[in-house]
Amino acid sequence: MINIHSLTFGYPHTTPILQDFNWQVERGETWAILGSSGCGKTTLLYLLAGLRLPTKGVIEIDGERLARPRPRSGLILQDYGLLPWATVRENARLGLQVREFYGEDGRHTPKNFQPENNSEYWLNKLGLNEVAEKYPAQISGGQRQRTAIARTLALSPDLLLMDEPFSSLDAITREDLQNLTLSLCKEQKLTLVIVTHAIEEAIALGSKILLLDSSPRIFENPHAGEVNHRNSQEYRELCDLLWKEMRHETA
Amino acid sequence: MKRRDILYSIVGLVIVWQITAMLVNRPILPAPLSVFIVFIQELGNGLVTHFLFSLWRVSAGMLLSVLVAAPVGLAIGGSKQLDRIFSPIIYLLYPIPKVVFVPVVLLFLGIGDVAKITLIFLILFFQIVVLVRDQAAGLPPQLIQSLQSLGAGRRALFRFIYLPASLPAILTALRQSIGTAVAVLYITELFATKYGLGYYIYYNGSTLFNYPAMYAGVIAMSLLGLGMYYAVDWAERRLCKWKFSS
Repeated sequence: MINIHSLTFGYPHTTPILQDFNWQVERGETWAILGSSGCGKTTLLYLLAGLRLPTKGVIEIDGERLARPRPRSGLILQDYGLLPWATVRENARLGLQVREFYGEDGRHTPKNFQPENNSEYWLNKLGLNEVAEKYPAQISGGQRQRTAIARTLALSPDLLLMDEPFSSLDAITREDLQNLTLSLCKEQKLTLVIVTHAIEEAIALGSKILLLDSSPRIFENPHAGEVNHRNSQEYRELCDLLWKEMRHETA
Repeated sequence: MKRRDILYSIVGLVIVWQITAMLVNRPILPAPLSVFIVFIQELGNGLVTHFLFSLWRVSAGMLLSVLVAAPVGLAIGGSKQLDRIFSPIIYLLYPIPKVVFVPVVLLFLGIGDVAKITLIFLILFFQIVVLVRDQAAGLPPQLIQSLQSLGAGRRALFRFIYLPASLPAILTALRQSIGTAVAVLYITELFATKYGLGYYIYYNGSTLFNYPAMYAGVIAMSLLGLGMYYAVDWAERRLCKWKFSS
């Protein structure tokens, strides 16, 4: 589904953050991108979202070269990106409103776009009905993140891009939302790419883990998302391995 | 602002006024009660007409400045290139006291309402532009990127982010400008008009030496400003509900 070939990206007058980077993601896979601060993991996600363009190289999604945000990719950011002046319901409808604003222009909105109020379905499914008329400042961090997820899923994406979405939540809410994300990905047949700096989160969510540093490496984690995976020996061993790899890189 | 607080303020001001009037004991500072009686009498004697003329001029100046300055501020705040070009020009023109342009504006726009409204517009324009520009430029990038990822281009960003985000700044600019606008209104109504509170105050105070009527005009001008503050507060409660939801 995602094919990155010889990607180089850097901001003007600085050393490239990503250099000659290659990566393939198959449809339906769940990937976690792990790395220390400044390794370029968020930049890679923004490149996948079409919000940055490569300095060199090519990013293809579904065989099409990416040159701008793709209508079927959904991006969820660390601080949720909710409009503070809009209610939960209005925020959940925002993506649909943007599409209605442009109409079926094939550029901002897909040509075959059928205006359909999916947001109500997702508000209901994610347990947000009770807070639908509240503003983001009036609800909890977990509810804000659920709203961001509802907004993204209302556009029926096939690719979910998440940038440290649960980092500011408490442990219980974080685990609940991690499980919710995995079940939604399975149910909606979504491809997931999540960026995180937390090893435990990467192992809990990613059936494949991309450790992004000076020499990017891939770690297989086929039992991610399974019941009791977090308590398994395999989980602990992978934690230790990634911990050592990251420490080694930092040293 | 609660009504009870306003009432306490009025009572406090009237007490200070009464004491000062007793100490001064001259016709130039009549007691509040005599002014209040004249105020009621003058309501049926043309003061309402003067009030409505002033209200029209200051409202038109404010509305015009919002309609012109808000899009300009949004455009400059939303574009680094435009900001680089126009911000230095704004910084050069903003500190100039616009009252110095009274003769120029009168010369080019005549002595009618257009000149008066233009002067109020000139003063408010810069305040609104600067506040709206700062608000638009200070928006968190995540908010913009998040909407871009939903497919929003420049037009949708303005419709769904820049415009609603700037409403509080527009209303703050208006609130900050009401005092100045009413003060400038007084100056503009000293020239070539027979209607307006500025004319009414000046005519009664400096030509007729009818000081109670002059103070009645001052009260009317104060009520004009108070009404406008309430109108902006009302608009803010309606348009920025999220600010009052905690």
